[in-house]
Amino acid sequence: MNTEILKAIDQDAKLTAKELAEMLSMNEAEVEAQIGKMEKEHIICGYPTLIDWDKTGEERVTALIEVTVTPQRGMGFDKIAERIYKYEEVEALYLMSGGYDLTVMIVGKTLREVAEFVSSKLAPMESVVSTATHFVLKKYKEHGLELINQKDDERMLITP
Amino acid sequence: MRNPLNDTIVNIKPSGIRKFFDIVSEMKDAISLGVGEPDFDTPWHICEEGIYSLEKSRTHYTSNSGLLEMREEVCNYLKRHYNLTYNPREEVLVTVGGSEAIDIAMRVMLSPGEEVIIPQPSYVSYEPCAILAGGRPVIINLKAENEFKLTKEELLEAITDKTKLLVLPFPNNPTGSIMTKAELEEIAKICIEKDIFVISDEIYSELTYGEEKHTSIASLPGMWERTVVINGLSKSHAMTGWRLGYACGPKLILSEMLKVHQFAIMCAPTTSQYAAVEALRDGDKDVARMREAYDKRRRYLIKELNDMGLETFEAKGAFYVFPCIKSLKMTSDEFATQLLYDQKVAVVPGTAFGDCGEGFLRISYAYSIENIKVALDRIRIFVEKRRAEIS
Repeated sequence: MNTEILKAIDQDAKLTAKELAEMLSMNEAEVEAQIGKMEKEHIICGYPTLIDWDKTGEERVTALIEVTVTPQRGMGFDKIAERIYKYEEVEALYLMSGGYDLTVMIVGKTLREVAEFVSSKLAPMESVVSTATHFVLKKYKEHGLELINQKDDERMLITP
Repeated sequence: MRNPLNDTIVNIKPSGIRKFFDIVSEMKDAISLGVGEPDFDTPWHICEEGIYSLEKSRTHYTSNSGLLEMREEVCNYLKRHYNLTYNPREEVLVTVGGSEAIDIAMRVMLSPGEEVIIPQPSYVSYEPCAILAGGRPVIINLKAENEFKLTKEELLEAITDKTKLLVLPFPNNPTGSIMTKAELEEIAKICIEKDIFVISDEIYSELTYGEEKHTSIASLPGMWERTVVINGLSKSHAMTGWRLGYACGPKLILSEMLKVHQFAIMCAPTTSQYAAVEALRDGDKDVARMREAYDKRRRYLIKELNDMGLETFEAKGAFYVFPCIKSLKMTSDEFATQLLYDQKVAVVPGTAFGDCGEGFLRISYAYSIENIKVALDRIRIFVEKRRAEIS
């Protein structure tokens, strides 16, 4: 498998097959074939865009919820995880080591909407023992990119 | 009033790049492929060490030759990367960038009238530094057909009974050319036979691409004792603004360099030296990450330039490519100037690095792929227009 292609598009999903081929000294058709194969195998799962919603007028809140659950016999955590991640409000879900079991990232329009989700959907689930909701106040960095302080090239135009 | 100026200095012609810089600086919205420094910021763990040293009020002079801790790390680094062995107490000098090291190495090794062989195209300071040191520069015009490498025939032809020094500028700015171990062995043999010393400017040593890693000529048998290795952190660790480099070589030469450095400079910036300790100790992964990014841009750029009909050899070092524009029947200067006015893209004419750079451009890939893409689109338009004009 060619992780070089993955490393390149992890940084910039807009690179075309031709550009990737030139950057990696490969053949264009081969790049296309490899990407196609990795899409089919769900190694490449999608191409979302990184957006700083705070800069738009759009109302949006993100919350991180620590969830403690009772794993089900024969299913471990996977079954309960599935029942949670199927909700479209759930942006991300991770199984954790340490003090609690699942981290649920929720995106909603308002605090009330997120609170509503926790109190009416998440907390009442049979396997859920407890939840602790933390709202995100400001996003500084995501996917390795600094969202604030994006600065211009400060170098002089020509140097020896 | 008498003339207050020194004739030698007045007679040194100003850097060709300077003239071009003045034109470019008037063009506010130009995009550039013209810089000779990394686009990456200094890795944060290195900056943190600099900041910490300030918080601890380490704001005093260091010893003239630099913090012993930094010199030790320089030695560890050179051993680990290039199998070079130096004693940190007597054979290493921390300087204000590689450029100070070039200057004082020339001053220490050249007596009036002695000749120093300078292959060009190469960095702009070797020739003036040689003249300021009282030496006589002898230029070798490197050839495109050799990918701008120095050959033993060219070297032999330039040697006279006054030859004292050879400047070896590889990986090369502006051509991106490198010298392999086998090629250096041929040069080394001649240096030993003819009893010539070498200033090996290896500031781009970490930026080589492809199978063969950089070899320092000082690591070849019989060369350690006749070589001053100059290196630094500017290009490898993206630390240009910290102004920190170093020179390594035999005590006989280094102790005299220390003397000049101590009177002219005192010591290299203290904050930078603390940051450099961290960079040398724990910065290899940063270097690898940046090298990987440069390599992708390099391949992309070489392919695109060749596709638009500007013959570009596969440069395997530094962050420059050196396309040939002779097919467009214009000089490097004309191309660079017209490209700037017409398409607002700044590149550096090859002639800024020596007369034999005529017919070539230095294009830097110390830029993001997005920036390179936009610039290439504009260069393509310019080249096609020019082709239509001359056909």
